Amino acid sequence: MAAKVSRDNQIVPAMLFLIPASIGFLAFFLWPTIRGIYLSFTDYNLLRDPTFIGFQNYIDIFNDAVFWRSMAVTFQYVFINVGLQTVIALALAVLMHRFTRSMIIRGVVVLPYLIANVIVALVWFWLADYSLGLINAVIDGIGLNKIGFFGSEAWAMPTIAFVNVWRHVGYTALLLFAGLQAIPRDVYEAAEVDGAGEFRVFRSVTLPLLRPILAFVLVVTVVGSFQIFDTIAVTTGGGPVDATRAINFYIFERAFERFDFGYASALAVILMILLATIALIQNRLLRANESDMER
Amino acid sequence: MSTSTRTKRVKKVRASSAEDPAMAKSPVSKFFGRLALAIVVIITLFPIYWMVRTAFSDNRAMFGEPLSLLPVDFTLGPIERVLGLATPDEAIAEGGSGASINFGLYMLNSIITATLITVFQIAFSAMAAYAFALLKWKGRDAVFNLFLIALMVPVIFTILPNFVLIKELGLLNTIIGIALPAMFMTPFAIFFLRQFFFGVNLSIIEAAVIDGASQWRIFSRIAVPLVWPQIITLALLQFIFYWNDYLWPLLVGTTEESKLITVGLGIFRSQTPAGNPDWAGLMAGALLAAIPIFVLILIFGKQIVGSIQSSGVK
Repeated sequence: MAAKVSRDNQIVPAMLFLIPASIGFLAFFLWPTIRGIYLSFTDYNLLRDPTFIGFQNYIDIFNDAVFWRSMAVTFQYVFINVGLQTVIALALAVLMHRFTRSMIIRGVVVLPYLIANVIVALVWFWLADYSLGLINAVIDGIGLNKIGFFGSEAWAMPTIAFVNVWRHVGYTALLLFAGLQAIPRDVYEAAEVDGAGEFRVFRSVTLPLLRPILAFVLVVTVVGSFQIFDTIAVTTGGGPVDATRAINFYIFERAFERFDFGYASALAVILMILLATIALIQNRLLRANESDMER
Repeated sequence: MSTSTRTKRVKKVRASSAEDPAMAKSPVSKFFGRLALAIVVIITLFPIYWMVRTAFSDNRAMFGEPLSLLPVDFTLGPIERVLGLATPDEAIAEGGSGASINFGLYMLNSIITATLITVFQIAFSAMAAYAFALLKWKGRDAVFNLFLIALMVPVIFTILPNFVLIKELGLLNTIIGIALPAMFMTPFAIFFLRQFFFGVNLSIIEAAVIDGASQWRIFSRIAVPLVWPQIITLALLQFIFYWNDYLWPLLVGTTEESKLITVGLGIFRSQTPAGNPDWAGLMAGALLAAIPIFVLILIFGKQIVGSIQSSGVK
């Protein structure tokens, strides 16, 4: 049947259909990727032409204490954010799966994800403000010491991680919920017949069958949270001291505040390699492509 | 997945929800389960409510009643202030900074930019997806995979050289400069549009070919209309994404004429004096920036939720 449709090769119309998308791919993905790698070997401040300096940027980065500190706080953020988010999203997905089919609840839960990072960051910046914010007013009201959520070195990164958990958890839960719905009903019937309790059903039925989609979600959220920027940019601006200077924010600062484009490009290359490595390792470890369930 | 199977599935789920074996049976579990869901809904909605409550409060009076659940001295002042409708004196009297800010203009810029990107990106990506899904040619999958690799490149990585490129093109501080890199395609859109086209019944296309219809005619008159509802949902999600985008517009659009709403919000926040911030004005700006998204969700919530759900399992 298919052979009859395409009596011959349709390469000519295909190429015509691909013209606009190819322009975008070549001009704004492929060319900048090659150019970015090239710039990472140069000294470039946007005003004069880039000068080739070999691996100097990479050597400087290796000796850059701010870079290592930045990696440390980025990992701190990713760890808190992904850890909390995955656990809460999983619980929420199971709740939705076991207790409701309401479309409205699903809509509410995913709502924060559809609101801009900037807006979410500002709303929480206000809620968690030290002197006037609601959260500290409540803390103060019950007689505890106020907390400098965005203003103290110890709290700033966990607070930012929490804000983004709030924004993303519903979205992640919705993806997991979809995975739960794909689990055959009769498995639950069997578990019920066997008299398995709520927790037992989760551990022995739900979790193993959910593994492929859980793996997918983990790769996406880990790679995503390494690129945290907006929330930091509108709240702490990397501070206090350098407690929230995540790698993306550091790249931004080097490029657009210190006009060190070569150095920033080298940082970006390192981030890209790191993310590709992490995605590969995760895929291996979680055996993302295999399923416990026969599809 | 075609629309008809989706509605069928929704119907099936509805019909069976009463005796759905995946749903908990025991009244005790049911009680605690629903209680937990209620708490989740409150935690989700309360910060959004607090933004609204603050946006309609008098910035001075509010600090006397930080725990009041209702707007303090209800006023439209903060909204008027950030829309540039209040005089500096009026603004200062209500605890604003008196600096001129024009969120109306930034919103217009955002609407133009996000619409421009969405329309062109979806149209061009759909053309590419059609070639990847319904045309037969050598090297098709190889080229498609090459396009997908672009998904792996972190945003910050391409932003640096793209900024240099937009600067070289003389497009800094223009709306077109903000929109251009995203207007031709994204691998994300091509990927999903290709999935949609895979669902098209091949015999319809075959019949059109026998009738001598051109590929362009088949694409525009048959294939696209068949997956139109899914295209609209994808377009909505892309519109929301570009409406919310911050880093790229922050770099490329810094003048009043090219400043987007998210960028305006960030600058407004950084300009508020540390000792005496205009929280009401800030929340009014945030609310204005969120309103178009709320409207879209109210109208298309079901489609958006369905689309996100299907994006994971595909």
